[in-house]
Amino acid sequence: MEEQPKIAIPSMVVGDAKRFRPGRGTFEKGGKIYSTRLGLINKQANFINIVPLSGVYDPIPGDTIIGIIEDISPTNWLVNINAPYPAVLHVNEVPWHVELGETSKYLKYADAILAKILLVDETKKIILTMKERGLHKLNGGQIIEIQPIKVPRVIGKKGTMISMIKKYTGCRIIVGQNGRIWIDGNTDGVEKATRAIRKIEAEAHTKGLTIRIEKLLKNRR
Amino acid sequence: MGMKKPEDVILFKNNKRIDGRKPDELRPIKIEAGVLYRADGSAYVEWGGNKILAAVYGPREALPKHIQDPRKAIVNARYNMAAFSVEDRKRPGPDRRSIEISKVISEALERVILTEQFPRASIDVNIEVLDADAGTRCAGLTAAGVALADAGIPMRDIPVACAAGKVEGKVILDLCKEEDNYGDADMPVAIAPLTDEILLLQMDGHLTYEEFEKALDLAIKGCHIVSELQKKALLKKYERVLEVE
Amino acid sequence: MSSSVVPSIKKDFIYKLISEGKRIDGRAFDEYRSIKIETGLIRKAEGSAKVKIGNTQVLVGIKMDVGEPYPDSPDMGVLTTSAELIPLASPDFEAGPPGREAIELARVVDRGIRESEIIQLDKLCIEPGEKVWIMFIDIHVLDQDGNLFDASLLASLAALYTSTVPAERFELGENFKLPLSKDPPISCTSVKLNNAIVIDPVLDEEEIADARLTVATDKKGDIRAMQKGLSGSFTIEEVKKIIKASIINGKKLREVLNKSIRG
Repeated sequence: MEEQPKIAIPSMVVGDAKRFRPGRGTFEKGGKIYSTRLGLINKQANFINIVPLSGVYDPIPGDTIIGIIEDISPTNWLVNINAPYPAVLHVNEVPWHVELGETSKYLKYADAILAKILLVDETKKIILTMKERGLHKLNGGQIIEIQPIKVPRVIGKKGTMISMIKKYTGCRIIVGQNGRIWIDGNTDGVEKATRAIRKIEAEAHTKGLTIRIEKLLKNRR
Repeated sequence: MGMKKPEDVILFKNNKRIDGRKPDELRPIKIEAGVLYRADGSAYVEWGGNKILAAVYGPREALPKHIQDPRKAIVNARYNMAAFSVEDRKRPGPDRRSIEISKVISEALERVILTEQFPRASIDVNIEVLDADAGTRCAGLTAAGVALADAGIPMRDIPVACAAGKVEGKVILDLCKEEDNYGDADMPVAIAPLTDEILLLQMDGHLTYEEFEKALDLAIKGCHIVSELQKKALLKKYERVLEVE
Repeated sequence: MSSSVVPSIKKDFIYKLISEGKRIDGRAFDEYRSIKIETGLIRKAEGSAKVKIGNTQVLVGIKMDVGEPYPDSPDMGVLTTSAELIPLASPDFEAGPPGREAIELARVVDRGIRESEIIQLDKLCIEPGEKVWIMFIDIHVLDQDGNLFDASLLASLAALYTSTVPAERFELGENFKLPLSKDPPISCTSVKLNNAIVIDPVLDEEEIADARLTVATDKKGDIRAMQKGLSGSFTIEEVKKIIKASIINGKKLREVLNKSIRG
């Protein structure tokens, strides 16, 4: 049984710099380590990190995300990825051969795509790609948004949580690292999966969550 | 400051202020974090008769593009008073006073927010005074600090503010309405409580140097008390997150 | 939660639910979200009320002043209604003077109150032709999750019914309760989605709706104000259906209002 994690708020002392090193969401000053975020204190190796309890999606190269086409130009699409900035998908980074000016033939305004973050530069310009296997335009189903920091809990250790939801609802589910989740199935299944995911979002850091979610899923209603 | 005091208003009697407080006593304060549905972070503060709501949106893309700063996020605080928040209805819209307050609050917040983590973005802080009772900019900045933490904005410290002043020759903490109207000095102060760095400082009235030192000391003490309330409000909201159903 | 383009998948899904007789939050087509009304929150205001419909929150404050009457109604008080969609309430609201949405909201609420004559403006005359009471209804939207019209009118009414005319402040005698008639107009807002009509739209539904109709009715079931919004259209049958549903739901909402002002 893990012990109950402690909550940190900005400026709170979370560790001693003699024993630990400042990890994500912290800074060191005068021999002490302070938090810069509202979050949970997490010790990994000899690093102290803060797992944020709120905040925007921080795009990292390699992340698989669900994006929504926001704008179209002759050579690229601007994609909303639920981050502080729109991301760019260039015609060279899609699996189709796109003639100049034909961009809207392949992806229209408000279309949803499964894509990967290719790179993020120092000014936080984000470049996407759809050229890898498994990346495609999303059709049908429903898209919901949760806080990006809750994504790991929705997926679960080795994907156990999300597999359980898929099993009991009969839905196909894709979880984007940016907090967008695509769910496809009959409306009852989608509704149940949505409820389960929202419950995980609300209770992400509590004990016994897996059992409660299983109970919700097993329930006939 | 500077209004002519009516005969029947007694600001000081038996070392008690017009509302019964001691010179170094704060008005009752209540702080709640995370009170709005749409906002990324929010807070509600009741301070004396003040009722103030703060909401944070961001970081999000700063628009129009020409205002973007490629090195860091822009902190855009907007202080506004609702038309019904004051005795004589205020015409909606920013007046010069609101614009000035918005500016000094933006500058105070910018100092503690780790803006370099979000180049080209803007962090929008909205402070809405719903019921005014003197000291609205201090209560507003205090609410903004909580809303920023609630929104997950990375900060070195949670900013907090409190005012001190002078009434009938006595240096006092946290002026109420009558003290603000008929007193001799009013000095709002915002600090980063970890280091006592001064983030906001304004003064209006007349203080000797010794009186100023006393007032600053008092204001900073007041800030620390309020800072504890901010932290309690955040921990209270998020500790519920950890409770098992 | 930040502003973003609504994915077509989401719109298609809501339409699919509608075709199966369901709504995104599980309500029936003619069901309102939970409604909470609080009055007397703002000390500086002559009257105030906060209404919560689901997650939507609207705060209304009533302020009064003494001033000159309009030349064509020298012995009647003056009523002004304004609305502010403050940036606090939604990532899509911008700071600045009221835009078209805010102005429409204010004018529709104003018409509902004015045309039902619930404020006895003739009792708000101080000196005919010279001095009357000026009333300000200020609608302050705090949290936008759909159906600002109904929330704003309800909050305005709850604030009015708990308002006191501040005569003492102006040395015009004793304070007195704002003179109101007992038949407030209640508005019900419906939207058309995928050829179905649903009442009390939540933001997700409002964002993709074709057309919107707000109908204000009185105790007798007579119509006092109407406003169609958005760029789609209604059939004549749909309009009639909405009006009938508004009369029925108006009764329920009137009970909720009465409970809050009696307390």
